[in-house]
Amino acid sequence: MQTGLLPPRFQTWFQSRGWSPRLHQLDLIGKLAEGKSTLLIAPTGAGKTLAGFLPSLVELDTEAQRRKPGSAGRKGVHTLYISPLKALAVDIARNLEAPVAEMGLKIRIETRTGDTPTHKRQRQKINPPDMLLTTPEQIALLLSDPASEQVLSSVRTVILDELHALVTSKRGDLLALGLARLRRIAPNLRTIGLSATVAQPEDLQAYLAGQPDPEHRALADLVEVKGGAKPDISILDSGERLPWASHTARYAVEDMYQLIKAHRVTLLFVNTRSQAESIFQELWRINDDTLPIALHHGSLDAGQRRKVEGAMAAGALRAVVATSSLDMGIDWGDIDLVVNIGAPKGASRLAQRIGRANHRMDEPSKAILVPANRFEVLECQAALAASEDGDQDTPPLRKGALDVLAQHILGLACAAPLDAEETYDEIRSCETYRHLSREAFGKALDFVATGGYALKTYDRYARLKLDQNGYWRIANPKIAQQYRLNVGTIVEAPMLKVRLVKSRAEGRRTPVGRGGRILGQIEEWFIDQLAPGDTFIFGGEILRFEGLNENEAQVSRSKAQTPMIPSYQGGKFPLSTYLADRVRGILSTPQSWQRLPSQVREWLELQQDKSRLPDRNGLLVETFPRAGRHYMVCYPFEGRLAHQTLGMLLTKRLERWGARPMGFVANDYALAIWGLGDLQTMFTTGHLSLDTLFEEDILGDDLDAWLADSSLLKRTFRNCAVIAGLIERRHPGQEKSGRQITVSSDLIYDVLRRHEPGHILLEATWNDAAEGLLDISRLGELLARIRGRIAHTPLQRVSPLAVPVLLEIGREPIYGEAMESILSEAADDLVTEAMGK
Amino acid sequence: MSLLPSHMRDFMVVPVCHDIQVNGQTIGLHDSGVLWWPEESTLVVADLHFEKGSSYARRGVMLPPYDTAETLEKLAAVIDAFDPARVIALGDSFHDIGGSDRLPPAYRAMLTTLQLNREWIWVTGNHDPVAPVRLCGETVDEISIGALTFRHEPSEGINVADGEVCGHLHPAGRVRRFGRSLRRPCFVTDGSRLVLPAFGALTGGLNVMDKAYETLFERRRFSAFLLGENRLYPFTASRLIAD
Repeated sequence: MQTGLLPPRFQTWFQSRGWSPRLHQLDLIGKLAEGKSTLLIAPTGAGKTLAGFLPSLVELDTEAQRRKPGSAGRKGVHTLYISPLKALAVDIARNLEAPVAEMGLKIRIETRTGDTPTHKRQRQKINPPDMLLTTPEQIALLLSDPASEQVLSSVRTVILDELHALVTSKRGDLLALGLARLRRIAPNLRTIGLSATVAQPEDLQAYLAGQPDPEHRALADLVEVKGGAKPDISILDSGERLPWASHTARYAVEDMYQLIKAHRVTLLFVNTRSQAESIFQELWRINDDTLPIALHHGSLDAGQRRKVEGAMAAGALRAVVATSSLDMGIDWGDIDLVVNIGAPKGASRLAQRIGRANHRMDEPSKAILVPANRFEVLECQAALAASEDGDQDTPPLRKGALDVLAQHILGLACAAPLDAEETYDEIRSCETYRHLSREAFGKALDFVATGGYALKTYDRYARLKLDQNGYWRIANPKIAQQYRLNVGTIVEAPMLKVRLVKSRAEGRRTPVGRGGRILGQIEEWFIDQLAPGDTFIFGGEILRFEGLNENEAQVSRSKAQTPMIPSYQGGKFPLSTYLADRVRGILSTPQSWQRLPSQVREWLELQQDKSRLPDRNGLLVETFPRAGRHYMVCYPFEGRLAHQTLGMLLTKRLERWGARPMGFVANDYALAIWGLGDLQTMFTTGHLSLDTLFEEDILGDDLDAWLADSSLLKRTFRNCAVIAGLIERRHPGQEKSGRQITVSSDLIYDVLRRHEPGHILLEATWNDAAEGLLDISRLGELLARIRGRIAHTPLQRVSPLAVPVLLEIGREPIYGEAMESILSEAADDLVTEAMGK
Repeated sequence: MSLLPSHMRDFMVVPVCHDIQVNGQTIGLHDSGVLWWPEESTLVVADLHFEKGSSYARRGVMLPPYDTAETLEKLAAVIDAFDPARVIALGDSFHDIGGSDRLPPAYRAMLTTLQLNREWIWVTGNHDPVAPVRLCGETVDEISIGALTFRHEPSEGINVADGEVCGHLHPAGRVRRFGRSLRRPCFVTDGSRLVLPAFGALTGGLNVMDKAYETLFERRRFSAFLLGENRLYPFTASRLIAD
């Protein structure tokens, strides 16, 4: 072993703890010593974090040893550690204290997050620590400071934690651009990426490396720790009846409770906040032993979350029901079972969750999957098989977003006047923006300067101005202030505080009081759909909505047994392409069904008997009449988002063809459309052609026409406009009645679409929607895959496979009704009541 | 109901109004957001907010510079359709005091053309308390014609201002149906007072359930007329919801 890489005091420290340095920890020291950037892929429990910090600790110590006694210490930061969570940065700083103190190292470690007080930030600029632990937003802020070069030119190492998670979002884009700038300030810096197992390590290796040549992709080195013991995963074998279409998994609560009782600490993962609420409540309903079971999700009050995390770390809890707010990072101590409730959605996603259990890498993590309905059984089975094969399905590296680019350009200009060509080259030196065209860069720069409009009327108000030397400068210091308020890529959905007050139900005439406890925050759109008196579930309790008071939703405790407002909102993540393919594989291979529970097996056999099974590459389309309407159900298995887009497009097309569609509903597996026209006869007589209906050109004009009015796109536009700095962020405390003064992003969107459809922000919006909300790329792949392989099966009645999606009607929002018709219907039966007529 | 996508039908104006009574006068509410008073051949339009885009741009917020053009085109279509003898711009016609001076020449010419052969009255507003420069028209703080009084800001108090027609508030109404809600600019009236919606392209709205309206209308005793496609949708206050 190359322990020669470790100075004696480090070796002594390892020995004193009864440890020996792991091979990958030494490997990393060696790589860094050679000046190489490196990606470390390792399972949890492999000492990943220590491995990331060791090279820096060794270097700083060696440097200190060589320094003459009494001479000044180093000036400037040596190591930047960047984590997606500020809590993680703080946690790691605390964890480093012990080894640094025990080895007697003279190394100053500090954190810098949104919570760091101004005086401390100022001091960090004047007297920088050796190691600075921080977040991507803080890096952007630091780099926009004219003093950044002085503080950061000394940086030798940048450690990126949870890299697999960081690179999937716009925060990863912002960080990539920040790294490109850092490389220019500190040309010799090396990067270390710490990551869980991913499908394409090369993507991350490229992200970590500088890209001097736009035509050729450069890669950082890779150190991979093969993953300890295989996890022990099984699907819950419940005696209960499996629901057709539920999302709550309420049927299995007794099983879950028994599992909690049989283990030391259980982590129960769910996909959405409302699932977390529901399971938590059900568990407490049967918690006869009053086991300490807690709830953790992103909408809860921060203080309450910290309390749960603290109790967890202290070993005071037996179980936590959590959403992805607990997916990442911090060590929660001795978890011996992970229960994944609902659909796993992706193989890698599941693997990362399971990795939360058992932080010793040589012991297998134990996990149990609890499908909430029959289709989810297939999905769980597919995820289990993927895990056995060690397959991964993390998404490929994103293409850098244009709105983030615009924000970054303004940040650079705040730091120092910029030369367009130099900046373009710098930006292309990161993998995320390597393919950025000069034209797109020019548009972004133009946008930052004057809004980027074809109509050049804003030149005299420009935010950036070209000076005599050809450099772009910010027009005045206020621009830098605006930038600082707007930095970052996370745009929160507008939230309302939830405040507990006395009920005014049952005719009591007491006014709704103020000053009750704040229970947390809730999305504004959710409250929008409630009327006073409606009950819903939040924070593990059933609450009664009392009314709005400025930016607070006032609620009271309700005695109701079940909430009136079903709050299931489909998860954020659609089923991964990889898992979808595996699910189709299972369906089309009856021999593989013996691994399935008998209820599910019988269901599939019945489908085989009454209709037919979807095959692996084609598309099954069923048509049948039901209750005076005509239904068409197809099974693409491409995820809810792609199905919704397809549903919109198909109904538009059917409407144009005179087939009179009325609405549709989609889930992760299937899409159902219904209407007044007899689709079955139209297809069987050749009056309408299914091949033409699913033709790929549907992604052309029909899509454009629909998008013109789509509110989905308006929401996406708002995010892009905020990130790019076109509209200001809504900061807490801003009055709601300011609405007539602030400019609504919807109005800007409408004006832009009409007058400048090629504007860079519309392009950014379109790119986001195509990848995210609309999943256009995936829809395109589907249409290509099924060409010439569409099997129409006319039926007399609903098929077994179609039941789950039809049951979604009434749970999921139904699409296809024009907004205008809602108004019309609401108004018409009220018209007589209207006054003034 | 029109089947054209909204961006293609915006400037088609059918001069058919929804007639209501305000202080005993029969006046027409139009789905473009203007008021049409046939007896006086008078068209009233509130809160045009010309040059709002450039007003923001001066502060470094680069809103699209197309708002004035769009508002003007919409206004031209309305004026074409009704051919009024008199136009009253009900205040906040320009987003700030310098707005009329910044008005680009092409738009100035277009606006001047609209003013030809008709009486044009600029009522002052809080955004534009002085007369616009280099434009025709008479500037007044308020004006009474017959039983109606036109001013920018509503006067405080319920039932104190019979026949008051005003703007300023940018009223918008929200309704809910089938679990979805929808928000539109609207007219608000209790039969004695009328508030017009904002006409300008980049003007937002203030929900009529907001406190600001409590001093103007008796609680839940008013109607809102939401702007729709070629028609208005009347609602009583009890059918509307807050934001």
